[in-house]
Formats: sequence, structure tokens, C-alpha cells
Amino acid sequence: MSESTSTIHRRQFLKLSGFTGTGLMIGLTLKANGESVIEKITHSYLEKQLALQELTGASSGYDLSPFVIIEPTGQITLMNPRPEIGQGVFQSVPSLIAEELEVPLDGVTIQQTGGQKKYGNGQFAGGSASVRTSYIQMRQIGAAAKEMLLMAAAQQWGVPVGECYADNAKIIHQPSGKTLGYGDVAAAAAKLEVPKNPTLKEPKDFKILGKRYPRPDVPLKSTGKAIFGIDVKVPGMVYASIERCPVFGGKLVKYDDSATKKVKGVIGVETCERDINGHHSVGVAVLAENYWAALQGRKVLKVTWDYDGNEKFNSNDFAESLRQAAKEDGAIDHQSGNFDKAFADTPVKLEAFYETPVVSHSAIEPMNCICNWYDNNKIEIWASTQVPGRIMDQFTKKYNVPEENITIHVLFSGGGFGRRLYPDYVEEALELSKKMGKPVKSLWTREDDTKMGPFRPMTFSVFKGALDASGKPVAFQHKVIAPTLDGNKNYDKTKTNGTMTEGISEQKYEIPNMKNLFVFHYMPVPLAAWRAVTSTTLAFSHECFIDEMAVAVKRDPMAFRLAMLTKDTDTKTLMQKLKEVSKWDTPLPKGWGRGVAQWEFFAGLAGYVVEVSKKGNGIQIEKAYAVIDLGTVVNPDTVEAQVQGAAVMALSAAIKNGITFNNGQTVQNNYNNNPIVRINEMSPVEVHIIANGGLKIKGVGEPGLPPFAPALCNAIFAATGKRIRKLPFDINNIA
Amino acid sequence: MITLNVNKKIYTLDVAPDMPLLWAIRDYVDLTGTKFGCGIAQCGACTVHVNGSPVRSCSFPVAAAAGKNITTIEGLDENKIGQAVQKAWIELQVPQCGYCQSGQIMSATALLKNKPKPTDADIDAAMQGNLCRCGTYHRIRSAIHRAAEIMKA
Repeated sequence: MSESTSTIHRRQFLKLSGFTGTGLMIGLTLKANGESVIEKITHSYLEKQLALQELTGASSGYDLSPFVIIEPTGQITLMNPRPEIGQGVFQSVPSLIAEELEVPLDGVTIQQTGGQKKYGNGQFAGGSASVRTSYIQMRQIGAAAKEMLLMAAAQQWGVPVGECYADNAKIIHQPSGKTLGYGDVAAAAAKLEVPKNPTLKEPKDFKILGKRYPRPDVPLKSTGKAIFGIDVKVPGMVYASIERCPVFGGKLVKYDDSATKKVKGVIGVETCERDINGHHSVGVAVLAENYWAALQGRKVLKVTWDYDGNEKFNSNDFAESLRQAAKEDGAIDHQSGNFDKAFADTPVKLEAFYETPVVSHSAIEPMNCICNWYDNNKIEIWASTQVPGRIMDQFTKKYNVPEENITIHVLFSGGGFGRRLYPDYVEEALELSKKMGKPVKSLWTREDDTKMGPFRPMTFSVFKGALDASGKPVAFQHKVIAPTLDGNKNYDKTKTNGTMTEGISEQKYEIPNMKNLFVFHYMPVPLAAWRAVTSTTLAFSHECFIDEMAVAVKRDPMAFRLAMLTKDTDTKTLMQKLKEVSKWDTPLPKGWGRGVAQWEFFAGLAGYVVEVSKKGNGIQIEKAYAVIDLGTVVNPDTVEAQVQGAAVMALSAAIKNGITFNNGQTVQNNYNNNPIVRINEMSPVEVHIIANGGLKIKGVGEPGLPPFAPALCNAIFAATGKRIRKLPFDINNIA
Repeated sequence: MITLNVNKKIYTLDVAPDMPLLWAIRDYVDLTGTKFGCGIAQCGACTVHVNGSPVRSCSFPVAAAAGKNITTIEGLDENKIGQAVQKAWIELQVPQCGYCQSGQIMSATALLKNKPKPTDADIDAAMQGNLCRCGTYHRIRSAIHRAAEIMKA
């Protein structure tokens, strides 16, 4: 284990550093561009840090597709286009290739791609998309390579290909028992046509997919050897710390760096621009020989800002303006039946108003990036990022630099959660490198990371529900009041917004009359997607209101939901599974309560039953049962970890204070006043996976998040009678 | 000049005495397993051992560490308890993004040194200074219990 993983580590870094294998390859060469410069600036560092000497010589590999490289020694390299941010794709995506290629996972080297077009459009980590959108494609790549190797071996032996099969990186001729290693036939295979419709394996024959495989990055991450963006050092680089306007929308007037320049180690002071989702600003960077010196220099930098009236913005007034906006009609997001008439005509009616907060991503690795702009128009980037493909695309256009002049090294990310979908921190470092004529490592402080956003926006929701005399829901309305993520002040208010109404019209509950609405309301701070995007707030309000409807007609919340799920759907199967695994119908101890919620949205489908007990004035979470519907599962161990982690993140967003604004500025600045859940605050989460097979495949990273908070709040209602309609709430004081 | 003993090796560094130990370790000793998370001893990502006790190196001046035995994640495999913790971490596949895990492992090792058979309450007390945004807390708890078993064996 340790030997193969250290190889992966070194090989990954090899790729990250541009020392890729060269040789005979079909299609496009793997040789990284700008190689000589990379060698000049990284060679000594790598030698020292990672003992790469033995790997820096060119190897001759045979490229059976851009994603599969087989060397004459039999060494197999699989390219992974998906950035690893903790969700396990570093292995789970290449494992799709390995399954069909018939190679064992511990016998392959995995390398990360860097945004090059030949690796396709999927070079990002977001939307829980990595496996679900490449499940067939990656398997086809592996299957095609296998068929080429089979054909090459059959031709070498002069036997029909049908007499040969592949197993454990070898081709075997069944009648004679002769074998050839993949390395032996790779050269010949590489000359063959790539089959267009390779035959895929039957799931029953899977050796890797669906099984619990240990991840190769885990030993590295347990020994301090994994290299994150923040860990990269290149010779000649300088460190940058950037002072940005504390008030969103403020402008730089002037700065006085006389004291800064006297700080030992400070090299220079430069301005740099930041563009983040409709918000443009100019900051002042202190550049120094070491990071500590840059921070000391920044402390004595005197900057004059023009707040331009933006200092009046604050969370209390904004929340009030959202409450006022809630009275607007809004744009229609979804309509079925005749909601207005049904609501008017039905005897049991209820209405409710729900509020949620702004929250930060708070990845523990603060934003950072190393950029080197050299030789006028060459760019090299080392970054923890979710979007190497987007960076390549944007930078080739924005800076008019050809793709072959841009090298992006995608390092392990110390958390993404949506924050690293936005390369604002990369562009800052790039501008500074251009100005300094040196590689620049820009590193945000935790305070920068917390205060500067972008943030997950708050959403407010208005609900209307009506039930007939038998307790059957006949009318339902969810109106969302929110800004949009793109920072567009002039959003067309006659239009709904799929991102901001995410999931509300996709739930499978059979309610005959529905009218869902969206009211746009501008928010003057940088906003962004967060893990599970807007479902993280909308699932809370939506599924709590469904509970309110059940309570209004004195129905059991589980039975009430199942009664609205008469058709065969994944949601129905999920609810039945939740009922079963949580033993929903068994009595709980006195003072306990259980709650249920589910959520289906673009990324997938999951649900929880949460059990709580009264504890003083507050409650304690006793147990959570999660069910996630996947169709097909690649690594159940990763799925379990992702769902448990999503529950923790959901709990933080439900019970910790989140982000507020005053005087146009973010009030919170670090984990002390913007806390996240700690180990003592989390209770067990038991994860169940529905994987009924077939071609259906759903996302893993996000679906475990949205239904947790509503299941918790529904449980709190069951235990205490207190209906929570506003997040965050104080779990120790359910007033 | 400040002399540091890191993982039983001696380093002489020309750094400001008030520079936090974290930056001396990362930027001068070139050991990057110790992570920067918050700078105010709130997240625990920077946890190292100074004379065997866990310390948040982001808030510990390098001058105060001079002459003391500093152990980072890279030196932990010399320590039997550290080995057991790392073994358990790998066995239970604890890390997700992995960024906080060096600090988690350093804190867990210090806990097990003092309490070879920790209860859940002991784990809560010893580990609540280490944040994990991925939410690996369930597995951290299990892995600490598992490490205790490995140590006993």
C-alpha cells in the first residue's frame, strides 16, 4: 500500500510539475508546454522535496486515449479530469476506466489533468457531477483501450481476437494459456483505430465498482505528505497578502506604503483587481520574501477607501426589505392545476414565512494560488481549484494567450464546497506576478476568507397550503424571495431563476394545484454557490412546511408524505426505506421526537429521519438515519463519508450564527465568531444506500446536505411542539 | 538566529522572533504537513507537539520554541502512538479533503498518550479544538477508538 501510494504521489506531482512522460502516443501528446521554464523553476524544489530524480527522465508511454497511458514496462497511468476536493473523485473517476480496462486499482498511477481541451469539458468539481456525468464515458474509454490491447495481442499471436480475454493487466489466449502483459502490446495497440462502440461489462462482472476500495490519497493525507495548493513553493517566488476594501462596492482612493516598505522582508506594494460574480474591486497587495513579513507590512499599510454610500448596508434592514419584497407577486416558477381557485375553495388553509441566513464556505485551506507570468505571454498556475477547465477557457480568452502557453497544476484542495468554483483568487495572483515579474504566491488570511465572500445568500420563503376535509393536500405554493448568484442588479423580475428556486418544483408529492413563485431582490455583496446550492435553504423551509401541513390535519408526517406518493418514484422508494431503517413506527422514549425530510434536486436524492431528545431548554440530536438514492454506486465507503460530512455541514448552517453585515462590512471574521460544528456537537449518522442498478446514476457529494436541517427541525417540533421557521436557531435554547 | 529542533533535526533560522512557529516550520524548515487554517488557535490545523504536548503553532512564537523538541506530522511515525493513530486513520479512511487531518492526528496522538483508552467524552474534550469542514468527525471518533485497540495489541 505505502509503496504504490507513494508512487502515485510522486507521479501525480510529476504531472503537476510538468515532467510528464513522452513518447509514442496516438492522438495528442502529453508533453506539457513551457516545459523548459517549468524545469528551471521547479526542478530543484522537487528534487529536494520529493526525491523525484529517478522519475525526471523521459519515459516512453503509449497513449491509448488521452486518459490511458501504458508504458512498455507495463506501468499504467490513468488521467483524472476531476479535481479532488475531499469527495473521492481522485480515484472514483479513474476507477471507471480501470474496471473496463481490467487493471487493478493498486496497480495504476493516477494523474490530474490541468484544463487542457483534449481532456474535455468535464474538468471541474461541482454539482455532484463527477461520477454521474462521466459514468458511461469513462467506462467506454477503458473498454476501448482494452479492445485495442486485445486486438494487438491477437494479431501478434495470429489468433482470433475472440479467443482472447483481458484480466489483471494481461491478455490471455484462452486455448493455449499464453499471456502478454499490457506493456508488451501497448505500442502495437496504440497504432490501432479507437473502437467507437466498445462493449461494456455487465455490472455483475464488476471487480471494482460497487466495492469499498481504500483511497490512494488517504495515506498521504494521514502522514502530511499530500500536497495542497498552499504547500507548493517555487524558486524565486514572493508572498502576497492583499488588503481589500472592507465595504463591498467601495473604491480605492490612495495608499501610503512608507511604513510598509520599512518592514524587513517587504519587496513591494502593488494594486490588484478582483472580479467575483458581478463585483469588481481593487485591492492593495504587500509582497514580501516570506508570508509573515507580508502580513506585518500589511498591518502598517495605510489605505484610503471611498465607500461610496455602500457603508449603509446591513443585515437587519436587508432582512426587512426581503420581508417587504415577499408581498410582491413574483414570477411564476411552476404552475399546475389551478392554485388560486383551489386555495380559495378549500376549507383547511395555512400560511407560513421562513427565513434563512447568509453563510460562508469556510474551507479550512484559505484561498491561495501561485501564478507565474513569464516570457510575456506564458502562464503557469499552481492552485487548489474546482475549475481547471474554466480557468483555461477564461484565461486563454481574457489574456489572449494560447492554451499551449498555460500550464495549470491542480493540487489537492483543502475543501471546496463551491468556493473554489470561482477563480478570483487565481486572477489576483496572476496580475501580481505580471507586475512583479516573478512567481507570486497569494495567500488569504482566515479573516480575508471570511470577510470577503463570496457567500451563500439567504433565501426567504412564503408558503400557502390547503387541505380538504379528508386531510388530503389540494393546493401548495412556495414563493422564494432571494437575490441571484451572478450579482445582476438589473435582473428581469418577470423571470424565475432555476438556481434560486432549485428543487421546489421537482418534489414528487402529488398535489393537484401548485403555483411556485420567485421574487428577485438584489443583495449588494458577492454571492456564490455553496455545497448543494440553494437547496440548502429551500429544502429546510419546504420540507418543514410539508410537516406543518401534516400537523394541521393531525397526520403522521411519514404517512402524510407517503399518501402523496402513490406513483412509483425514487422518492417513494426512499421514503419507504427511511421508514424501515429508522423503525419509524416504534415508540421513542419520553421527551424524544423524530422528524423526516427528503429532497430531490438536480444533483440527486436523499432523506433523513432524525431523532432528538429534550435536554434542558434545548435539544440533543440522538441519531440520524440517512438514505441516499444512487441507482449505481461506485465506492460505498466514500458515499457513507460524504453523507455523514454533509450532515455536519448542514448542522453548522442550521445552528451556528452564519454571516451578517453591518456598515457595509462583514461582521464576522474568523472561526471564533463564525463558528462551525465541532466534534462534540455531532451525533451518529447511519447511512443507507439505495443502489438498484441499471443506468440510473445520481450525485453523492451534495444530496446528503439539504434534507438534514428540515428533518432535524421536524424532530424538534415532534419533541417540543416548537416549530422552527428561521435559521439559525440555538440548539441549546429552543425558546 | 533561532535554533529549532524539529523531528530530531536541528535547524538554524534567520527569522523574526515573533514569527509564529507555524510559518517557521512551513516556510523555512520546509515541512508543509502542518497547515494554516485560522491564525488564532481556533481550528487546530496547525497542531504540533512541543515537548510532547499539543500546541497551536499559528499562535506560538518561534522564539518560544527554541531549544524545545518539536514534532510535526512528518516526524510522528517515530512515535508508537503516532503510528497506531496513522494506521487507524488509514484503515478507517478518515480524511476527505484531508487538510485538517495532520492537526487532528497530532491532537489524537497527544490524547492517547495521556489516555490510552479514551471514552467518547475524552475524545470530545481533547478533539474539539480541531475543526473539520468536511465533517469527518464520525470517523475521527471511531479511528481514535481503533488506535487505542491497535496500541493495546
